[in-house]
Amino acid sequence: MDAVILQFLNGLDKGSAYALIALGLTLIFGTLGVVNFAHGALFMIGAFCAVTMSRLLSLSHQVVDETRTDFLGNPMKVDVPYVNDWFGEATGALIIDWAVPISILLAIPVMLLVGIVMERGLIKHFYKRPHADQILVTFGLAIVLQEIIKQVYGANPIPTPAPEAFRGSLDFGVMLGFDPYTITYPYWRLVYFAFSVIIIGAVFAFLQFTTFGMVVRAGMADRETVGLLGIDIDRRFTLMFGLAAIVAGLAGVMYTPINSPNYHMGMDFLVLSFVVVVVGGMGSLPGAVAAGFLLGILQSFASMNWIKDIIPGIDQIIIYLVAILILLTRPRGLLGRKGVMEE
Amino acid sequence: MSTSRFTRRGVLRTGAIASAGLALPTYLRAEAHTGFTNAPGDSEVVLGFNVPQTGPYADEGADELRAFELAVEHLNGEGDGGMLNTFSEKNLDGTGILGRRVNFVTGDTQTKSDAARASARSMIEKDGAIMISGGSSSGVAVAVQGLCQEAGVIFMAGLTHSNDTTGKDRKANGFRHFFNAYMSAAALAPVLQNLYGTDRNAYHLTADYNWGWTQQESIAAATEAMGWETVNNVLTPLAETDFSAYIAPVLSSGADVLVLNHYGGNMVNSLTNAVQFGLREAQANGKKFEIVVPLYSELMARGAGQNIKGIPGSQNWDWKLENEMGERYVGTNAFVQSFGEKYGFPPSQAAHTCYVQTLLYADAVTRAGSFNPCAVVEALEGFEFDGMGNGPTLYRAGDHQCFKDVVVVRGKENPENEFDLVEIVEVTPTEQVTYEPDHPMFDGGDLGECNPGA
Repeated sequence: MDAVILQFLNGLDKGSAYALIALGLTLIFGTLGVVNFAHGALFMIGAFCAVTMSRLLSLSHQVVDETRTDFLGNPMKVDVPYVNDWFGEATGALIIDWAVPISILLAIPVMLLVGIVMERGLIKHFYKRPHADQILVTFGLAIVLQEIIKQVYGANPIPTPAPEAFRGSLDFGVMLGFDPYTITYPYWRLVYFAFSVIIIGAVFAFLQFTTFGMVVRAGMADRETVGLLGIDIDRRFTLMFGLAAIVAGLAGVMYTPINSPNYHMGMDFLVLSFVVVVVGGMGSLPGAVAAGFLLGILQSFASMNWIKDIIPGIDQIIIYLVAILILLTRPRGLLGRKGVMEE
Repeated sequence: MSTSRFTRRGVLRTGAIASAGLALPTYLRAEAHTGFTNAPGDSEVVLGFNVPQTGPYADEGADELRAFELAVEHLNGEGDGGMLNTFSEKNLDGTGILGRRVNFVTGDTQTKSDAARASARSMIEKDGAIMISGGSSSGVAVAVQGLCQEAGVIFMAGLTHSNDTTGKDRKANGFRHFFNAYMSAAALAPVLQNLYGTDRNAYHLTADYNWGWTQQESIAAATEAMGWETVNNVLTPLAETDFSAYIAPVLSSGADVLVLNHYGGNMVNSLTNAVQFGLREAQANGKKFEIVVPLYSELMARGAGQNIKGIPGSQNWDWKLENEMGERYVGTNAFVQSFGEKYGFPPSQAAHTCYVQTLLYADAVTRAGSFNPCAVVEALEGFEFDGMGNGPTLYRAGDHQCFKDVVVVRGKENPENEFDLVEIVEVTPTEQVTYEPDHPMFDGGDLGECNPGA
C-alpha cells in the first residue's frame, strides 16, 4: 500500500509538468489552430530564466583572503556577491538562496515577449498552411532555440537548487499511520504540484470569468462570427500565445530544482506532452490537464519493480500504450470536441 | 576550329577513378608502403582525442580535453613540462615524438557507441590519427577499441571502468591505465565493512550498459562475501535524468544501504533524488540508512554539491594524493601545478588518466623507435613505471591493464574551498586489488594479435 501511495505522489509532479506544458500546447491549438512543436522549447527557456536569474543574483567581485590558500598554495581569491555588499551578508545569502522563486519575476515578461515575437515573427505566416508545415517549422524553431541555449549555457546540466527551506522531505508515512520513513516525499515536489494547480486554476479562471477570456472562448468556438462583431480576435489570440508561453515558462522555472536544466529538456517533455494533448482531446483544456495527471501517474506506477519484472521496459512505453488504447476507444481523446482536426 | 581531346565518357571515367581513390581510407593508400596505418611524415604526428562533449559524461569529457591539450603542450616542449619532470623514464625531451611535432584532432563521442566509432573512424581515415585516446564510458571504450584494432591504430583508453574493457573485450591494440570495477570493489569492501558492519541489506541502482553491469556484479560479489545481502538490483537507462521513480521504492524494500552504480550526470541526478527523498536522514532495520557510490570523482562531487558529504567511493587518483599520502605518489603535484596554472582549478581523475596515457604512448613510441603499433604494443606490455601520480605501476602484458594502488574516498563534511570536496580515507595497495587475467569476471577475452593496419 505504501508503495502505491508513494508512486501516486511521485506521479503528481511529473503529471504537473505534463499538464502545464500540454495546457499551453492545447491553448495555442484551440485558439490559433497551430500545432506548436516549439512549445517544449518554451519550457526549456523558462528553466534557463531561472539559471540566468541565479547567475545574475550571484554576480560577484573577488577579494583576496591572505589568511587562506587555494589548491596551488596561493592566497585565496574569494567571490563576494554584489547582493552581499548592497543588502548585507544575511539578506544577500537569502536572496541568492531564493533565486528560483524570484526568477518568476524575470520569466513572466521574458516569456510573454518570446511568445509574442514567436507568433508574430514566424508562426502567423503558417496559419493557413497544412498542419504538416506547421509541425515542420515549429520543430525547426525548437531545434534552433535549443542550439542557441546550448551555445550560451553549454551542454551540461546546471544545478539550480531549491531554497534551503524546501530541500528536505515530508514524512507522509507517519501522517498516514505507517512506520517512519516508509513514505517520504520532497517538499519542493509538493510545492511544484501546488504551484501547477494554482497556475492551472488561474488560467481557467481567466478564461471563464474575464471579458477577455469570454471573447477568447467565443473565438475558439466561432472565430468568424466574433470577427464580424468587430472584435480584433487576432490580437487576443496573439496574447493567448504569450499566455501559453508564460505557462510553459513558469513550469520550466519551478522544475529546475527537481531536475537540473539542460538544453534538451524541452524535447524530453515535448513528445510526451503532445501525446498528453492528443489523449486529452485536441483543443480541450480540461482534457489536457486530466490527461497530463493521468499519464504522469500511470508512468510512475509503471516504474514499480514488480510491474517491470513482469513486463520489462513498460515504464518507457506505458504512455504510448495508453494513448493507443484511448484513441482506439475514443478517437477524439478523453474530452475532445467533434470537428477538431477532422476536416 | 579546335577539337578538344576530352570526351564526356573519358572525363566521367577519370572522375570516377579519382573519386574512388580519394574516398579510400588513408590507411589503405599512400602510407601503405610503410607497413602500418597512418605512418606520420617527418614533421608532424597526429593524435586523435575522442571525448564526450555532450551527454551525461560531458563534464569528464571537457576535463579530458584540457588534459590532452596540456600533454601535447608538454610533449612539444611548451609549458613547465608537468609530469615529464617526474616520470621514471627520461626519453621524452620536449621535441615532440621521435622529432615530430605533436598535433591533435578531437571528436565528440556523445557517450554513444555509434557516434564514438564514427568520430574515431573520421579521425583515423580523414585526419590520419595514429593513436586514439579519451572517452568516459565503457560502452564507448569497447566499441572504439574494437574499431582501432580493425584499423590498426593504438587505443589508449580514457576513463573506462568496466571489467570488460580489459576482460572479455580486451584487444591487442588497446591499453587501459584507469582502474576497473573489480579493483573498486576489492578496495571499497573492507572500508564499507569498517564503516557499516557486516549485517546490511543493499539495494542497487545500476546504469544499464556494460560498465554498470560489471560494476554491480563486482561490488555485489565483494559485499556479499563479507555478509551483506543484495535485496534488489534495478537497471536504469543511461539517458535517464529523473530517478525519483527508481528511488521511491527503496525505503520500503527492506534495504538499509543504497548502492548507486552510476557515474557522471547519472550519479549527480540519482544522488540528488535520493537526498531529496530523505534517504540520508532515514532509519531502516534499526540502522542509519547509507548511500554508497562505488566509482567516484571530484567532478561528480562538484555537481552533487552538499549531497555528497560522507558518501564513500573509490577513485583512480586524486589531486591531493601526494600532499596527503606522501612521495610515493610523486608526479601528482607537478600535474596539479601545470593544470591548475593553465585552467584555474585542479584536474579530475579523468584528466589525469588521459594525460598519463598520452605521455605513456609517446614514451612507448620513443623507446620502440617506431610508430608501428606492434612495436608500441611490445614496448607497453609488461612496462613498469613510476612518477605519474599513482605510485609504482605495471602495464600487465596478459590483458593490457594497469595495476596500481586504488584510492578510497568519501565526501568531505567541512570543505575548506570549492575544490576540497573529497577526503582520502585510505589507499589500497596494488596487491589487494590484483587478480589473474583469467579471473571469472574477466574471462572469455582474447587479446589476439596486434594489428599494424596497412
